[in-house]
Amino acid sequence: MKNTAILALGVGAAMFATAAYAGTVDDIKKRGELICGVTTGLAGFAAPNDKGEWAGFDVDICRAVAAGVLGDSSKVKFVPTTGKSRFPTLQSGEVDMLSRNTTWTFDRDVKLGFEFAGVNFYDGQGFMVRKDLGVKSALELDGATVCVATGSTTELNLGDYFRANNMKYVPVVFEKSDEIRAGYIAGRCDAYTTDRSGLAAQRSQMPNPDAHVVLPEVISKEPLGPLVRHGDNQWGDVVRWTLNVLVIAEEKGLTAANVESMKSSTGDPEVKRLLGLEGEYGARLGLPNDWALNIIKQVGNYGESYERNIGPNTPIGLARGVNGPWNKGGILYSPPFR
Amino acid sequence: MAVAEGGVKPGKASFLYDARIRAIIYQVVMAGAVVIFFAWLTMNTLDNLEARGIASGFEFLNHPAGFGVPFSLIEYSEASPYKTVFILGVLNTLFVSAVGVVLATLLGFTLGVMRLSRNYLISRIAAIYLETFRNIPLLLQILFWYIGVLQLMPQQRSSIIILENVYVNNRGIFYPALQAEPGFMAVPIAFLVGLVATIILRGWVKRRRDATGQGFPTIWVGLGLIFGLPILAALVTGLPWTWSIPRLQGFGFKGGSVIVPEFLALLLALTIYTAAFIGEIVRAGIQAVSHGQTEAAHALGIKPGTTLRLVIIPQAMRIIIPPLISQYLNLVKNSSLAPAIGYPEMTQVWAGTVLNQSGQALECIAMVMGTYCIISLSISGVMNWYNARVALVGR
Repeated sequence: MKNTAILALGVGAAMFATAAYAGTVDDIKKRGELICGVTTGLAGFAAPNDKGEWAGFDVDICRAVAAGVLGDSSKVKFVPTTGKSRFPTLQSGEVDMLSRNTTWTFDRDVKLGFEFAGVNFYDGQGFMVRKDLGVKSALELDGATVCVATGSTTELNLGDYFRANNMKYVPVVFEKSDEIRAGYIAGRCDAYTTDRSGLAAQRSQMPNPDAHVVLPEVISKEPLGPLVRHGDNQWGDVVRWTLNVLVIAEEKGLTAANVESMKSSTGDPEVKRLLGLEGEYGARLGLPNDWALNIIKQVGNYGESYERNIGPNTPIGLARGVNGPWNKGGILYSPPFR
Repeated sequence: MAVAEGGVKPGKASFLYDARIRAIIYQVVMAGAVVIFFAWLTMNTLDNLEARGIASGFEFLNHPAGFGVPFSLIEYSEASPYKTVFILGVLNTLFVSAVGVVLATLLGFTLGVMRLSRNYLISRIAAIYLETFRNIPLLLQILFWYIGVLQLMPQQRSSIIILENVYVNNRGIFYPALQAEPGFMAVPIAFLVGLVATIILRGWVKRRRDATGQGFPTIWVGLGLIFGLPILAALVTGLPWTWSIPRLQGFGFKGGSVIVPEFLALLLALTIYTAAFIGEIVRAGIQAVSHGQTEAAHALGIKPGTTLRLVIIPQAMRIIIPPLISQYLNLVKNSSLAPAIGYPEMTQVWAGTVLNQSGQALECIAMVMGTYCIISLSISGVMNWYNARVALVGR
């Protein structure tokens, strides 16, 4: 199967590779495109749109990085990865970065040799059931059959939650999100568990979304974010600050539409630094000085990307909640740009 | 003439001109190169893992797994360590393979014999079966049974009832389970006694037939011993078991046992696919036995059924066994397609879930490859031993 091939590739790469990692930014410039690992398809986060182009909230992170490094957000090659294949794919150097609903955990950060660049979506795991089951709380799920993705933190949280509440469950595991959805629709399981954003995305793809309900319990913290390999700190900084630029831009009211006019009219020193009018901030990352300008102009700020892909006016319909800026009731907070 | 001293003696020629020694040197150099290559590969891999900060080693086997598994033959909970998951995966692989091998053999032999039937309808049915299932990729067949058949079964509340207390729905087949009570052990012991007695009886019958030519209804007496004794034991000990009956309650059936659809789909596909190949092997084996053998047996007045059993099959077996080994090995290895439908065998739980949860890709893949290798070599070892027993011995 495809995953096995990728895995073998990963192992093979670890066997034969000789050079240590460095200069990812230079590699990308030389190659002329960023290679970004995304999901195999999760509506709103990363899925091909009706024109066959990848679009979504996670895809925008890839596009922002490409806009910053190459000045063109379209120069991205997207590599779909499953929950199982994503880590070997990144470890082997087949992709430059992952932006695919990956939870930041100690093990992944430390033991697997990755560096998380930050959090682009604060999520938590939940359960979805059919409305006609009459279940109102996850605590009523004792004895239920639960569909879950294999090789995910979700799988472990599920085990922990049921054990902690002294309940029993039967897991049914699949690898891809569309397989899980098919199994759930076919009635192979009573409940479907994954991150609540994922549940919302999956529900929007079901034949009759209103027949399903996401239960109120949030059983875990799932900070999702982009990640890179250990060993190239400059590259890690580029991805981290690309994410921060999106957040700062929203905080400062910079949008794709107004950033050019703001550039000439602003008096805010932080915005001046951000847009390359003062200092050599881009150059210190090995990037052009207008890198942040390009990001905002081509991708928009965090809020714009959110509203476009997963916000309340999209089929996914996720309210901002904790994913709002810190000064508007959320927990998005970028370190100062200076 | 004083020439002898300066003459070139055959033994003095450079050893490089000796073909045999040259061959040995080549082999030593080649073997050395292979060893060095693999040593370099291993060292380099370890270096790279180290350089990328990826921990390696096998300590993770003792860490708790933390995830649930839908189908297990052994005691398992989320608190069990990874090594238990490994055993669970190996057992699930062996379980589906063992059941698959038995069923595929039975079905395959039936098909092979049907294919040679003089009855047009029977031989056509077998031919169509063989050509259909042999030529469709196995993965598609697995997905067909899982998605196309088993997932389309009715919901739990409208289960199909095939026998009393046996329910079929899209969660599997639910059936009553036997729960042993004290004294139950007498039944399996009686079964074993019956089995041993039958084997001894068979030896005695054979010796007597060789000496006197007298026949004996071994099959009927044997069946009587093997099944009669346990029934007798059960009656004497007062039926020492209770039945756990599946009942709809809460989210589904409670009590009884269940065959999950993931297992069923994999088993069906493996059995049906492999049986098609075995059928062809059996047909070829039987056809390879010269027709003169049948005619000779008939001329001696041996009945057609007995001819098949005592004359044709034993000779055909010699031809059937070697390719049959390959089919058994294929079946075991093909069970690794299970991740497509989530049956928790070795590849799915170990090279999939555990690999991903622990991040120990090299260790997990190496363990799975090693285990498949051991299983396959064991099967072919046993079958080769059997083959050596039935093979023609030149005298």
